[in-house]
Amino acid sequence: MLNESQCRKIVDAAIEHALKHSSKKKPIEVEVSITGSNLATSRFANNEMTQNQAPDANVVAVRLLRDGRQARLETLDLSESGIERLVESALEAVRLLEADEDILPLVSLKEIAKALNKANADKAESDKRESGKAKKAAASIAAIARYDPATAELTALDRAKEVGKIIKQAEAEDVSAAGVYCSGASYIAIGNSNGLFQFHQESTAACSITITADGATSWVLNHGPEARAVKTEVMAERAIAKAKQARQPEDLPPGKYLAILEPAAVIDLLSYLWWDFSATSHIDKLSCLLDKVGEKVFGENITVIDDVTNKNQCGCPFDGEGVGRQTIKLVENGVIKNLVHSRQSAKKMQTKTTGHSMTQPSAMGEMPLNIVLEGGISSIEDMIQQVQGDQEAVLLTRVWYVREVDPSTKLLTGMTRDGTFLVKNGAVVKPVKNLRFNVSLLQLLNNVIALGPSVRAAGAEGIEIPAVVPAMMVKDFNFTEGTRF
Amino acid sequence: MFDLLELALDAAKQFGATYADVRLIEQESELIQTKNLAVSLFNRGDNIGLGIRVIADGGWGFASTQKLSKKAILDCTRRAVEVAKASGTVMKNPVLLASEPAWNATWVSPHLIDPFTVSVDDKLEVLISAAKTMLAVKGVTLAQGMLHFIRDDKFFANSEGTRLRQTSIRTGCMIEANSSSSKDRQRRSYPCAFGQYEQAGYEMVQKWDLPGHAEQIAHEAVALLTAPLCPQGEIDTIIGSSQLGLQIHESMGHPSELDRALGQEINFAGASFLTPDQRGQLRYGSEIVNLVADATTPGALGSFGFDDEGVAAQCTYLVRNGLFEGYLSSRDTAHLIGLDRSGGAMRAESWNFAPIIRMTNISLLPGASGSLEDLIADTGDGLYMETNKSWSIDSMRYNFQFSTEIAWKIKDGKRGGILKNPSYSGITPVFWNTCDAICDNSQNTYWGTPNCGKGQPMQTMWTGHGASPARFRKLTVGIAQS
Repeated sequence: MLNESQCRKIVDAAIEHALKHSSKKKPIEVEVSITGSNLATSRFANNEMTQNQAPDANVVAVRLLRDGRQARLETLDLSESGIERLVESALEAVRLLEADEDILPLVSLKEIAKALNKANADKAESDKRESGKAKKAAASIAAIARYDPATAELTALDRAKEVGKIIKQAEAEDVSAAGVYCSGASYIAIGNSNGLFQFHQESTAACSITITADGATSWVLNHGPEARAVKTEVMAERAIAKAKQARQPEDLPPGKYLAILEPAAVIDLLSYLWWDFSATSHIDKLSCLLDKVGEKVFGENITVIDDVTNKNQCGCPFDGEGVGRQTIKLVENGVIKNLVHSRQSAKKMQTKTTGHSMTQPSAMGEMPLNIVLEGGISSIEDMIQQVQGDQEAVLLTRVWYVREVDPSTKLLTGMTRDGTFLVKNGAVVKPVKNLRFNVSLLQLLNNVIALGPSVRAAGAEGIEIPAVVPAMMVKDFNFTEGTRF
Repeated sequence: MFDLLELALDAAKQFGATYADVRLIEQESELIQTKNLAVSLFNRGDNIGLGIRVIADGGWGFASTQKLSKKAILDCTRRAVEVAKASGTVMKNPVLLASEPAWNATWVSPHLIDPFTVSVDDKLEVLISAAKTMLAVKGVTLAQGMLHFIRDDKFFANSEGTRLRQTSIRTGCMIEANSSSSKDRQRRSYPCAFGQYEQAGYEMVQKWDLPGHAEQIAHEAVALLTAPLCPQGEIDTIIGSSQLGLQIHESMGHPSELDRALGQEINFAGASFLTPDQRGQLRYGSEIVNLVADATTPGALGSFGFDDEGVAAQCTYLVRNGLFEGYLSSRDTAHLIGLDRSGGAMRAESWNFAPIIRMTNISLLPGASGSLEDLIADTGDGLYMETNKSWSIDSMRYNFQFSTEIAWKIKDGKRGGILKNPSYSGITPVFWNTCDAICDNSQNTYWGTPNCGKGQPMQTMWTGHGASPARFRKLTVGIAQS
């Protein structure tokens, strides 16, 4: 792991070396980014440790622009000679490419300040509307404190102790525990020849547990920048209780049901929608929201913002070019309000960047990475209580292997997993075998009956892009087939 | 390089390891992507690093470093042993390794033209020329292309005397045409969705001839916008070679991973319905279904000389004449099902990851049903589906649903018009038992999947899948759109 001053030294050295080759006639611009991580993972299954890794890697990337061409090169050689070789290779590579008039010069400090001022002005206006008084605007991209040294420095033995506690609980209940405890830190630094330098580091503790009881499984996950918030004993207790509840599942006929989705299920479904808010997906005519900005597309109870500053979010406050990430309202009461932009897409659509560029160059363009879906007040127990009379609902712990079937309607398929239950008369009545669903997100977000409070969540297929989402109760959730467990 | 590996092995023993293996990998890569007529990404990378895996106090430990100084390697080795000793505090049974001879060998993947010697101009010419052709077709709204080249130089040594050097060159290529209207989005890819990859040099790009196929996929993408929807029902269906490759990957490859079958991956990738008690008992498919894990196939993406724990490449029957027979295994899982030797399937994405059980080349052996056109003629009425569009399968690998980019109606043994949004679903052993015809070896292609995800942290791996088109009777079609 490199610290801020070590990163700055490498960035400055690379820029200095590149600019030696710059001339008035053939000016060079250079962007240098460094990413690194030492996230260690202790994996367990069948009530014992199965794999235990402590990797460490730092990657330097140089993006070099000359004569309307750009090339990006990466290396793990952080030595002075390694960085010089990287720059030399970038100079050689950029000569080989064709000029492209769409390539923009690197971002300047002035441009960042301008974007920041606009963001601050927008925020002040929004605060004024909401609280009646404007707050003082920040003068620069605010650092976000997501680094806890105690978490970053957890040892293999610390992780093994947490794993040991989980296993002990599982053995006491005669069930089998599997999972992972991950801890460490990561960072990103970016600088360019226009004087930009940004650095962000973040610690992470994450634990997920799968409990198997008589062939039935349950799953819990918790993560965040502080290990003390990842309470493994509480998690294991919850998972053990749910696995026992999930034993001896029965078949449920496919069909359209009320569904109660826990936050992990919500995030794994809705994550397929976020790129459709990127301006590039509209320029390329790939978004399911094409020509729908300003239209009411979802139900009145759907409001979504992208907000890196949310206390339950993760990630760094600047984008792939070093521009500050702005808080953007994507959906307000069902109406598509805004797209997110990089400088490139903003130029094409004649607007301003919102600070959502992916690492450039990128065919995907930009991405809202810090989704916050506004929640409600219904707990999952409240939702269960709402199922009355001849109604039946399916309670989903999480979904699995979700994939897009039709991009135009955002039709997704996937499976339930690790605890699926039938709800009737205000109570969970029995576990059911897992089900395949085919659901259009455009319809699903018009079918939301109740929302829980928004919480930090992460889905089944990784903890890298978490979101702040509520549990949801939706109608007409289309289960199309069953399976054998 | 071997002196660095010896240093780590000696240190591991000194720090208390009872077993150690070290991999040092130097990698070079080049990725070129085009979007319409512009280069959307030109990325070159190099990296080198060392990973050491040890057993101490009966547990596994792994650590890695990109610094190759003596001090860094000793620090890394010490960390690996500390991690292993921490594992040892929560082990029920100490790790046991199946025996393997000590090898001393060199292996190089087959290639004719080193892709890193081909000029960028030549590479761009392929992609831009294909893009021009696609964009010339009215209705194409986005044309994309990709060329990808990777060279790994891998040194391996273990405390049992094995010393290996392996060089692998992998090449990938793809083009795709997109056509969008206000209500629909359609895509056609070539040679397959997400790109075809092989262990080959630049000759592979020449062989697939991207510009020569650009016009056809462009016309198909546009035509799909107004094509009729694929019907629903139980329909005799021929699944094309590349789609069948992914079907094999998901419904045979993953469930035959022994770590999954033993519950070791249940927290993320899932488990498997192929439990050890079903070996030799379960009728996985019809009599003509033979599936092998063959790491020795020249040029296929999942081939190697030795896996990442020094076990020599092998060919293992997973399903023989329809009967479930074998697993993909490792040195530390083999004894758990009574095997004397690992099947040689342990691989890691890079030096920065510990190896886990991965697919090699999981292939359906060709049948005796002639060419694709022969099989269509033999089918009467039905469907022919090709090129994957989406894929999903449950965590035990029973229920799956796939959709493809395109289908053709088969009427009276002849290929008819195209159909959009085809999909099919089923339960794995039921599906494979409905297979009643497989095209012959002339129709077999080794498809390469470069992005198979598994493990925590997630590792991506390159796997291969040989497949000829095959027919499945009364396949459940179209339930996705119900």
